[in-house]
Amino acid sequence: MSAVPLPTSITANPRLSAWLAVRADNRITVHSGKVELGQGIVTAIAQIAADELGLSPAQLDIVVGDTRVSPDEWYTAGSQSIEVGGAAMRLVCAQARGLFADAAAARLGVPRAALSLADGVFRSADGRAASYADLAAGVNLDVPVAPTADAGPRGPSLMGAALPRRDIEGKLGGPGFLHDMVLPGLLHGRVVRGPDHGARLVELDLDALRALPGVAAVVRSGSYLCVLAEREHAAVKAQSAAQKHVRWAAGPARPAFGPIAQVLKALPAASETVHESGRPGGGGVALNASYSKPYVAHASIGTCVAVAHMEGQHLTLWSHTQGPHFLRAQVALALGMAVESVTVIHRDGAGCYGHNGADDVAFDAALAAVRTGRPVMVTWSREEELAASPCGSASVIDIDAALDAEGRVAKWHARIRSHTHIKRPGWGEGINLLGAWDMDPPVPVPSPKDMPLPAGGGHRNGIALYDFAHQKVDYHFVAESPLRVSALRGLGAFANGFAIESAMDELAAASGQDPVAFRLKHLDDARARAVIEAAARRAGWPPGAAGGEGRGRGIGFARYKNRSAYCAVVAEVEVAEKVRVIRVVAAVDAGHIVSPDGLANQVEGGVIQALSWTLKEAVRWDESGTRTRSWEDYPILGFDEVPVVEVELIDRPGEPGLGSGECAAGPTAAAVANAVFHAIGVRVRDLPLIPETIARAIEEQA
Amino acid sequence: MAHAFRVNGRAVSVEADDSTPLLYCLRDDLGLKATRFGCGAGHCGACTVMVDGRAVQSCDTPVWSVAGREVATADALESDRIGAALRRAFVDLQAVQCGFCIDGILMSARALLAVDPDPDRAAIARALERNLCRCGTHVRILAAIERAAANLRKEAA
Repeated sequence: MSAVPLPTSITANPRLSAWLAVRADNRITVHSGKVELGQGIVTAIAQIAADELGLSPAQLDIVVGDTRVSPDEWYTAGSQSIEVGGAAMRLVCAQARGLFADAAAARLGVPRAALSLADGVFRSADGRAASYADLAAGVNLDVPVAPTADAGPRGPSLMGAALPRRDIEGKLGGPGFLHDMVLPGLLHGRVVRGPDHGARLVELDLDALRALPGVAAVVRSGSYLCVLAEREHAAVKAQSAAQKHVRWAAGPARPAFGPIAQVLKALPAASETVHESGRPGGGGVALNASYSKPYVAHASIGTCVAVAHMEGQHLTLWSHTQGPHFLRAQVALALGMAVESVTVIHRDGAGCYGHNGADDVAFDAALAAVRTGRPVMVTWSREEELAASPCGSASVIDIDAALDAEGRVAKWHARIRSHTHIKRPGWGEGINLLGAWDMDPPVPVPSPKDMPLPAGGGHRNGIALYDFAHQKVDYHFVAESPLRVSALRGLGAFANGFAIESAMDELAAASGQDPVAFRLKHLDDARARAVIEAAARRAGWPPGAAGGEGRGRGIGFARYKNRSAYCAVVAEVEVAEKVRVIRVVAAVDAGHIVSPDGLANQVEGGVIQALSWTLKEAVRWDESGTRTRSWEDYPILGFDEVPVVEVELIDRPGEPGLGSGECAAGPTAAAVANAVFHAIGVRVRDLPLIPETIARAIEEQA
Repeated sequence: MAHAFRVNGRAVSVEADDSTPLLYCLRDDLGLKATRFGCGAGHCGACTVMVDGRAVQSCDTPVWSVAGREVATADALESDRIGAALRRAFVDLQAVQCGFCIDGILMSARALLAVDPDPDRAAIARALERNLCRCGTHVRILAAIERAAANLRKEAA
């Protein structure tokens, strides 16, 4: 048997019966701990299950994110859902198929190898049949999960099949989201927050709050305050009217707003060399550059929401959390309840791109439900969504590199400076729920601690995949941050990809080498070469094409986490008073593809989202708090700004599926910055590439 | 105060304060969930409905202002050929990631195609000026609207 370690999802959930059940109508229900965030993963995992079980997709039901029945599969995050969740599902379904194949062989009196399987029915050569349902009574699934060397006959393959998403139709024209849940007697809650994180509630007129029009209840603990009403709009109005009846004292002073490098370098850091290989050389072109990336907001179109209902001693929470089991434990801890008294059921929210406010608002609803005894729905406002949610951490990356006389990288020293990129509920000792931090008595708050390599947080994708004669990477971890920070899609890979790929381009330009050829010169990895070549070919990259006159082309490449999907992006831009992206070509290798359209959708989405981050986005703050609190303050890419996007997928049948939801961001940012250089001969090293930044770079480099 | 208007072809009467945004009346009083809250300030388009054929942001539209008018929401998309063609195109092209912005976009597109059956890409982008998408589904959305328009023109021919 293979020595490959079991997926972590299996070691956490080792009984086969936790994963699937056969029903009398020959349908099979599988349970997954991975949840739908709008990324199509539930459809993909169901596709894997149906493929492995030999069912038609219509016979396969999938239940996700329900702490009563779903396995604990950590968070749906980090592009692990296919790699770990999919692998786990494949493993358990293969084992089940093997057990049922044995039973079918026995029932039909033929060797297992003589059976065929399709649509959940095993058949002998002479046409006799036994379905999963027929055999279920005689097959014990309450056994330890174990990899199966040979699981018997397979059904027709569903890998690569164009199956439509299971959730799309329900989300068009009807109540497809958690926001749409209806419960008898539901109260609508809105949280009344101070001007900034850490603000303290020093005075409140409870009678005046209770007397606000339509207010049915007020929940308060320490500096935490929530108003509830029967009618939703009354709760919305009370949320702002309440500010007239409370007084806040500002929280501790925060580091001042300024250029990111300045902000980060002024704060104390704990430093560590996280990679060192080879010995530095030189003799050719040298580069000493500093790249920066600001704080970025999740900025989902829908705001975070949760529903909670306390019935007797049991609390049920409906949430669009990425980690139902973690949320359950954290809410129980925060409210002083036994974990067994809390159930979390995942329901779809709006797009989730990392640790947003979903867990926080679940706490908001939970506390109100416990205090009022009524079912409660709390929805965040647009301001809360933009200013109370965690942001993606800022980074500054200094790269000190040199080529040898043959134009190969002989020295590469990268110094990455960033905050933690993860502060989720369940990460570290203590409670990571926003409202709980304001309660009285106060709850223990975990100290910032980033995700270590190989996955990495601020240093994710900080080690270049290239074959450099020398590479040294230091991580300067800055515990204190001016803003609330946690995971945003890609974590450090966005900033590090931007920096590394910009530096590669600068070295290529300074030594008169074509950017594509320069990268290929440093890559033996055939799959890495393949995505670069595919993107370049599709984009029509001729070697040594002269740019200028405002039109240019650039390339970016990375292998996500240096072990997940490979992605190369070529961007074509036009630079006048602002940067306009005309066309983007992305080539992706995600191993054996489950759902080509699902993958393409995620890559297109990742590219366009990264364009928005690259061209437009930066959270701003001042001494009174976050200042980007509306769509006017924080514009994102609009329909009039999208380029043509082409995605080329390289399928690798037989290779493990690779996580790809986050693979495009770093390469996209670099491709655009590199294209800007090609267009106007100006190197911009600070994101976002807004007109002011471009203008300043033009001035400085004139 | 009672407010009488029509929604998706049916006469309704809603008991609410005059200034209540139409959005909440639709969602909470009438149980029509396909009009969504995104910002409450008319910037994101998740709440887009049609009032007398024009696309408007219902979060920014007080219920008193629709008295006696015809409101159309995404809940009844299938009820006319334009809405049905749009829905079919969005499903066929899987022009959805999280889906939260889509109903509002469908309404903006429905209002557009009712007056311009052959819009070019620039016209579609203009019609979606007040619609935001964060998942990056823009390319598929534009393609789906073009596909729906083409299908409608073919049917009509």
